[in-house]
This record gives sequence, C-alpha cells and structure tokens, in this order.
Amino acid sequence: MNNVLHIVWLVPFLPLVGFLITGLLRNHLSKALTGIIASGVIAAAFGVSFYLFTEVLKGNTYVAHYFNFIQTDYLTIGFDLKVDQLSSLFLLIITGIGFLIHVYSTSYMHEESSAHFARYFSYLNLFVFSMLLLVLGSNYIIMFIGWEGVGLCSYLLIGYWFKNIEYTNAAKKAFIMNRIGDLGFLLAVFWFIAKVGSVDYDVVLSAASISKLTATDITGITMLLFIGATGKSAQIPLYTWLPDAMAGPTPVSALIHAATMVTAGIYMIARSNVLFTMAHTTQNVIAIVGIATMVVAATIALKQNDIKKVLAYSTVSQLGYMFVALGTGAYTAAVFHVMTHAFFKALLFLGAGSVIHAMGGEQDMRNMGGLKKYMPFTKITFLVGCIAIAGIPPFSGFFSKDEILASAFEHNKILWVIGVLGAMMTAFYMFRLYAMTFMGNFRGTEHQQQHLHESPAAITIPLIILAFLSIIGGWVGIPEVMVHGGHRLEHFLEPIFRASNAIDLKHIPDHTTEWMLMGVSVAVSIMAILFAISKFSKYNKSDAPETGIGRILQHKWYVDEIYNAVITKPLARLSAFFDAIIERRGIDAIVNGTGKAVNYGSRQLRWLQSGQVGAYVLLMVLGIIILFIIQMFL
Amino acid sequence: MLGTYFTFPELLIWIPLFTGIICFFLKNQKTVRSVAIISSIATLAVSCCALYFSDAVKYPSYNQVNYIWMKQIGSTLHLGLDKTGHLLTFLTALSFPVIFITTIKNNYKNAAAFYGLMLLSQAGLMGVFSAMDALLFYFCWELALVPVYFLCSKWGGEKRIQTTFKFFVYTFLGSLLMLIGIMYVYMHSPGRAFEDGTTVAHSFSMQAFYTTALSLKDQSWLFWLFFAAFAVKMPIFPLHTWQPDTYDQSPTAVTMVLSGIMVKMGLFGVIRWLLPVLPGASHKFANIAIVLSIVGIIYASCIAMVQDNIKKLIAYSSIAHIGLMSASLFSVNEMSLQGMMIQMFNHGINIIGLWVVVDILERKTGVKQLSQLGGIAAKAPALTWMLVIIALANIALPLTNGFVGEFMMFAGLYQVNIWYAVISGLGIILAAVYTLNMIQKIFYGPVNSITENVTDISFNEKLGLMVIIIFIFVLGVYPQPLIELTKNAVEGLLH
Repeated sequence: MNNVLHIVWLVPFLPLVGFLITGLLRNHLSKALTGIIASGVIAAAFGVSFYLFTEVLKGNTYVAHYFNFIQTDYLTIGFDLKVDQLSSLFLLIITGIGFLIHVYSTSYMHEESSAHFARYFSYLNLFVFSMLLLVLGSNYIIMFIGWEGVGLCSYLLIGYWFKNIEYTNAAKKAFIMNRIGDLGFLLAVFWFIAKVGSVDYDVVLSAASISKLTATDITGITMLLFIGATGKSAQIPLYTWLPDAMAGPTPVSALIHAATMVTAGIYMIARSNVLFTMAHTTQNVIAIVGIATMVVAATIALKQNDIKKVLAYSTVSQLGYMFVALGTGAYTAAVFHVMTHAFFKALLFLGAGSVIHAMGGEQDMRNMGGLKKYMPFTKITFLVGCIAIAGIPPFSGFFSKDEILASAFEHNKILWVIGVLGAMMTAFYMFRLYAMTFMGNFRGTEHQQQHLHESPAAITIPLIILAFLSIIGGWVGIPEVMVHGGHRLEHFLEPIFRASNAIDLKHIPDHTTEWMLMGVSVAVSIMAILFAISKFSKYNKSDAPETGIGRILQHKWYVDEIYNAVITKPLARLSAFFDAIIERRGIDAIVNGTGKAVNYGSRQLRWLQSGQVGAYVLLMVLGIIILFIIQMFL
Repeated sequence: MLGTYFTFPELLIWIPLFTGIICFFLKNQKTVRSVAIISSIATLAVSCCALYFSDAVKYPSYNQVNYIWMKQIGSTLHLGLDKTGHLLTFLTALSFPVIFITTIKNNYKNAAAFYGLMLLSQAGLMGVFSAMDALLFYFCWELALVPVYFLCSKWGGEKRIQTTFKFFVYTFLGSLLMLIGIMYVYMHSPGRAFEDGTTVAHSFSMQAFYTTALSLKDQSWLFWLFFAAFAVKMPIFPLHTWQPDTYDQSPTAVTMVLSGIMVKMGLFGVIRWLLPVLPGASHKFANIAIVLSIVGIIYASCIAMVQDNIKKLIAYSSIAHIGLMSASLFSVNEMSLQGMMIQMFNHGINIIGLWVVVDILERKTGVKQLSQLGGIAAKAPALTWMLVIIALANIALPLTNGFVGEFMMFAGLYQVNIWYAVISGLGIILAAVYTLNMIQKIFYGPVNSITENVTDISFNEKLGLMVIIIFIFVLGVYPQPLIELTKNAVEGLLH
C-alpha cells in the first residue's frame, strides 16, 4: 500500500473512464469534446506511465493487490497489477504511441457523424485499456482478460464500418482466429492450475513451482502458450486475419500493428521466459515457425499492390523476426524489436493513412505515384520509416534486427541465411512501395490529382514525432562492439531475464564476426533498396496479369483458399449433415415414431379421451392442487 | 413472526400459487398483468430477504419448515432452502419480473389464464428447488411442467400442437421413469417416527433417501431412471430434440422460463437427488454422462452454426452450454462444481436477455429468419449494443458473468481428463462462430425492406435489459458473492 507504485491502477482506469464517457454520451458530445476526452485520458495515462517508468529506473518494482477476482479454498486469483521493467516499458509504448494515434484520428475521422466519431473513440480507448490490462496483470488470468479484450476491440474496430459485409467478415475472422489461439492459452492455464495450483507469475515461474513440473509439463505448457501467441501475434498457421484486418480505419491498423494486440504474444512469451528457456523443443518450434512466417509473409508482400496490404504483411514478417529471437533465447532482442517496430510501423501506417486520405480513399499503389511533390512532410517521414524497417544504420530498425540476426547466427547458420534473405526482401518491398507511391508520375484520375494536399497538423505532427523516434529509438540498444556499455535496454531488462540467462549461457560472437554480420545485412539491404528504386521509380501501369510464381504470391500462396477447402467447408458440411440427417431423420424420427405409437395405443385404451392431452393434464394439476390443500388442513 | 408463522420457502411458493389462482378469475387484461407483475416483484422481495438471511446456522428457523402431510405413507410437506436452493429460487424470483416487464407489450388472448398459468409454474419451480421430500419434489416437478404444456399448446406458434406433443412425450416419459425410481427407493428406505408417536415403515424424506442403502446392482438401473428424467429436462444429447422446437413455438415469455430456469431443474435434480441417493452408480456411470454431454456440446454448436431461425440458434446454443454444465456436474470436483453453480445462475440471466432481444426483434420485424434481417445497427443502436453485450456474455468473454463459471468448469474438466477440456473447449470457438454470425446477420450490412422501418427500443425494454446488463458486469468483475453463496453446497456435494 505504501509503495508509490500503488497508483498503477490509474493507468488502465483512465482509458476505461474515457471509454465509458465517450461511449455512453456519444449522442451528446461534440466531436471536439470527444477528441479531447479520448486523447486526454491516454495522455494522462502516459503521464502516469512515465512516472512509473522513472520509479522503475530507480529500481522500484511492485505488485499492487486490489481485490480477489476469484477466491476459493483451492484457487485464489487476485486482481493484481505488476509494475516492473518489462511492463513499464510496454506501458510507455502503448500509451505513448496510442496517444499519437488518438490525436491523428481526430483529424483522420473528422468526416464521421459525431455519434459514430464518439463510438470510434470509445472503442479506441477500450482497446488501450485492454492492452494495458494485458501487460499489467500479475497473473495469467488478468492477462487473459486483456488478451480477450484486445481481440474484442479489434473485432469492433475492424468492423467499424458495419454496413459493409466484407468488413464485418474480416472482423469476424479476426475474432475467431484469435479465439482458436485463446483456447491454447486457456489450456496452458488449466495445466498450471492442475499442477501448481496457481496462476500468479511470481508463483508459477518460481524455481519451487518449476521443480514440480516434469519435462513433459514444461513442453506441453509452453507449446500451448505458443499456440495462444500465434493467434494474437499472427504467426503460421493463424496469421491470415491480420492482413484482412486492414478493413478497419487506417489509424486502427496502426494501433493493432504497433502499439497493441500483435505484440501481446511476444510479451507473454517474454514474461514466461524461464519456462521457454527450459523447453528446447518448444524453442525450436518457435524459431522455425517464426522464420517460416517471416519468409512467407515477406514473399507475399513483394507482389501486393494495396498499400496497406504491403504494410500488413510486413508486420507479419517482422513479427516472425521477433519469434526467431524468442526461439533462440534472445528475449531482450525480441522486446527491443517490439519497441523499434512500434515506432516505425506506427509511422508507416499513419503515413499510409495520410496518403490514402489525400487520395480520397484510394489504396491501390498502381494509381498513385509522384506524391512527393504534394506531400512533403508525409514523404520525408515515410522515407524515414522505410529506412528504419530496412535496417540501415543508424536508424532504429538496424540495431534490433541486427541483434536478432546475430542470435540466429549463433544458433544455426541456416536460420541466419534465411533471416538475411528476409531482410533483403523487406528492403525491397518497402522501397517498391515508396517508389510506387512517392516517385515517378501521378497515375490516378484528374479529380484525385486536384484533391491532392498535405494533411493537416494533427496528422503531420504525430508523423514527425514518430519519425524522430524511428531514427533515435534504436540508440538505447547499441551493441557492445560499437559503444562500450551501449546496450542500456539489456541492462534495464536484465532482472526479467536473469533466470533464463543463468540457464542458457549465451555465446557472444567475437567482434570480427559481429562486424561481418552487420556488414552483410546492411550491404544486401542497400542493394535491394537500389534495385527496388531503379525498378519502380518509373513504374507504369500494365494490365498484363501476373504469371507463374508472381501469381501465386499475388494470391498469397492461396492460403485462405486452402483453409476454406480444408476447414471451413468440411465443417459447414458436417454441421449440415448433423442438422438434416442425424437430427431430423435420426433422433427426431425415432421420437416422433414413439410418440405416434404411444398416441395410437392411448387411443385404443381410451385413456386420453379423443387424444386430448390437455384434459388429462388438467385433471392432474387439479388433483395435485386439491391434494395439497386437503392434506394441509388434515 | 417470521420463522414462527411463515418461512421463506413457503412464502416463495404461496405468493405465486395464490396470485396465480386469483389471476384465473380476473377479467381485465391490464389488471391481470398488474397482479402478475406485483406478485412477481413481491416474490423477488421475499427472495432477497431470504438471501440476506441465508445463513442456516444463524437463522435456522427462517429457511426450513416441515408440515405433517401424508403421514400414513411417510411423506411430509418439508420445505427447506439450502445454498443451491437459495441460488435457484433467487434466479426464479429475479427472472419472472424481468420476463413480465420485457414482454409487457405482447397481447395474449385470454390473458387471465396465461398469467395464471405462468404464476402456477413459478410456484412449481419454487417447490422443486425447496422440496426436501421426494414425493413433494415429484409433485412440484409436475406442477412446474404441466402449465407449460398448456401455455405452449394454447399460445404457441403454428406448429404448437405437434410441438407440445413432442415436449409432452419426452418430459412425461422422463417423469414417469423418475416416479418409478422414487417408488423403488421409497420401498427400501428406512422408516421414521413422528412426534405424535406414529411410526411408518418407509419414508419419502430426503434424509431417509440419503441414508437408504442400495446395492450397486440396484443403483445401476435406478440411475438410468432418474437420469432419463433429468437428462430430458437439461437436455443432454440425444434426448434434446424437443427443445429447439419447443423454444421456437412457445410464446417468448414461456421460452424464457423454459430456457432460463426450467433447464436448471434437471441439473438441480442431479445435485439434490441423483448424486447423493445413488453415489455408487453416479460414480460408475459418470464418464458416460460426461461423454454424452461433451458430444452434445460439439453437436449442438455445429447445428447452431447452420441455423437460420434465431430461436433455434439460441436453443442449440443453450444445449451446448448446458452440456458443459452437466459434464462439469458429473465430473464432481471442486473446480467444476463451483463453476457449474455460478454458471447455473449466469446462464439463466444471459439467455433470458437473449430472448428479450429476440422478442423485440420479432415484434419489430415480424420475422425470425436471420437471412431476412440485416442492417439494424444503423436503425437501433441501443438495441445493438445491448445484444452485443449479452451475446458476448453468452460466449464467456472475460469481465462478463459468463467467464468465471466457464473458466472454472473447464479447469475442473481438465483435472478429470485433459481431452474432456480440449474437446469441450472447441465449443468456445464454435460458440464465437455462431454468435458472431448471428450479430452480423441481424445488425450489420445494408438495411432491407423488412428492417428499414425498425425503431430503437422503448424505455421499458431498455430497463429490463439494463437489469440484465448490470448483472452481467457486476458478477463478471466481482463474482465473489456467487462463489460465497455456493461454496458450502459444493463442499456438501463432495463429501
């Protein structure tokens, strides 16, 4: 109680209040007021988070207990929030970037009616609330509340324009795919309850509890948790919802891809790192799934023409990198990449939103081109984002990606080779996007051309701030080889990963190797950038359909079609079979047959006069009531 | 006065019974309605007091009453509320006012009989949940059901006769088997002595039934007699096919009673009678019952996914939910039972909420086919978000009341057998599929000729739904009161 960190409840509480005000009063608030309230609560939450962060920097960590959510003799789950290095860092990312997205949205959504405007902001606040709960919970159940909460909010926001059936389909898909992962998460929690009798991190991740678990338990639990992570963090096989989630308004995409939701899986595994470090099988599976997702998504991104789709697949691909880091035990690198990725991906999405806004809703890059003349701020900030994600020093993406690749190299050379290949593809498709959008000549309609303009300050200022962060954000993690004592983030997060580091002693590559690794990845990225610019800066629309591998990539490896044929359709057919055959022709036929037989027999016996069930039953009721009354007074 | 002249379980039965009978003799529809609403609110007030005085140690005389009834055969009018009884009588008492108020706009031909029968049924339900005598239990069981036959056959939809007949065949056969079972146990029960010195060889009292020693062989066939009655009522696969039709054809108010409260009669029957009276057989056949329940979860969820009729969709969804509860009940461990107790209450609240919305939709559009609806979110935003909240509670989203119970039930099932939890867990995915489908088809997309004139809900409807939504969130964020209330009941079942 006496710890100053007890006020941590304010952090999720503020967005919750914002949600309630904007949601309940949506018919009465003006747009300006809605925007101020919704953004204001996030700004306040950021302020509190910042204060908490400074406290944590001083070495103060705390678990705040408020009340017992579930309390029985055999299981107690507290409504407890945990402030430590990991959660406080995530708080800053969520509220900080969340705030910029709120500000941006006030301008981006201004064409909506005020009731819908307020609805939008209430969902946005709820989204931030859920994510904050997710990272603050001090046990798996509080985490799960946020975990399902972000799933719900993504559903609400992806389907925000609910009149469009396509959009609501995408929303549904997001929720259901997440639920599949959630089942894995829940089963892991049940496993904890059965074996350890608790769901608190401090209990289940302690050495004493882990000693109660067999190797099978640890592998099973971590695999199930990982299944949960594949849903939230869009990994194979549950990644297909994320590209479809583009149906929502663009700032929502920024929120989902940068500050909230998709980082949840990474956070959860980083939080449970001790268990994962002890489960080598699971670690290998994670690394393989991560690298596979990275490659598959990157190849798809090469051929997409929708500006948001390219960014969506790039998110899936970057998340793949983070899982490679987790799978190779480089937890700090994963969290580091979450952070830098949050900066540049928010920047890229918001930049894309600015472009789409100027283009009057157009998202097809084939109809863009030459926008740098019209949108100088958007162009320059977007360029920063592209360089950052491509991994060019000293921009932020370079440091985090390099750390992951170094870890992959130490683990397995093939992993590293594929990782570098992925980095090359990333650089290529990002600059393809940049060239098609901002370079060359304008390819849209004349009407669109007249309408082109730079976006207002509420849009450009967040872009500038994010661009700034995308440049310097990586400097907290400069490798030892460059600056002595440079990796501040690693020192900061050291208490979280201490137990894992004790089990899994890392081999640090020698300095020559490390320089070599950096050199290779930077060189291939620069080559890819130059190639993309030379190929697409003079892009001209052609109607020739794609052939061969290009066609497969454009159709996203036909994964949606395969899922449809293998899962969705057979399930629908099975259900129809249950309904039409077993239910109606099977069980019901037997029952009706019995019924008719009874009825027939009864007629013969003239028990039920003229087959009237009613008369018989009435007699029975009367009999009962009379019996009651008579016996009462006897 | 309380405890001397009246006890809570009595009041809970007499109020609806007498007002129900009075209703039959009233002419004016408005008067009948008012009497019914006032009666149900009075019952709710009594039930609230009963909850306040629910501590059996501190207030023993308030919750127990024992009248001499049919002394010659060893049956007494013994009513008592234990923790499970408190939970379910409160659910019953809470549901009826909500049902009456939210369906206030429905006009019934011969309203006097309609409301009279509804109240009689309520009295029967209260009796089922408080009877401490097997014969009395059986009477109340029938008293609760019989009015429903009338309500369905007189006020139901087009296929009401056929449907009622099916319902009747199922439940009546079940009841009959149970009666045979009760008689057999009675014949083997120990006798008892009354205060005036008379003794009888056998007794129907609960205590006598609990102490009746039956061989495992006897228990084994008796189990199926009781199981049939309770399984039909819940219902458990494959004894469920009366339910979708009955829910579809009955007037909505009756469907609410059936789905919100009456399905709990089956669960309650297992808790109060089947498990304690036939412990050996219950243990022996538990796995069969669990497997049937789990098959039912998946089977009903699949069928729910392809339903076009909203009422049938909700009916199948309810079968799936009850399947989870009965699987947990037969698992008999702390987690699963505690979760089931909580869920019995919450499921009742949520499903009544769903029916309220369906009733409103049907009244506004005249259709119950999903394929004919669409776009209502733009026309009736308040109705939309209220249904979305209730539907999310129905799929057990955390911080709604549905979550805690389901979570504990799954955790309990997991401890019995991992695969039970895994397979029944698939139900939560399927539930998301059909629930979101339903929301999408009713509310999203463009409006059509049927939905373009839909208006938002009235104050009455909002009020009724708000009560439900408040319960959803309060018990979702702070489920402790429900856990406290039922903790002893769970312990009692385990020993």
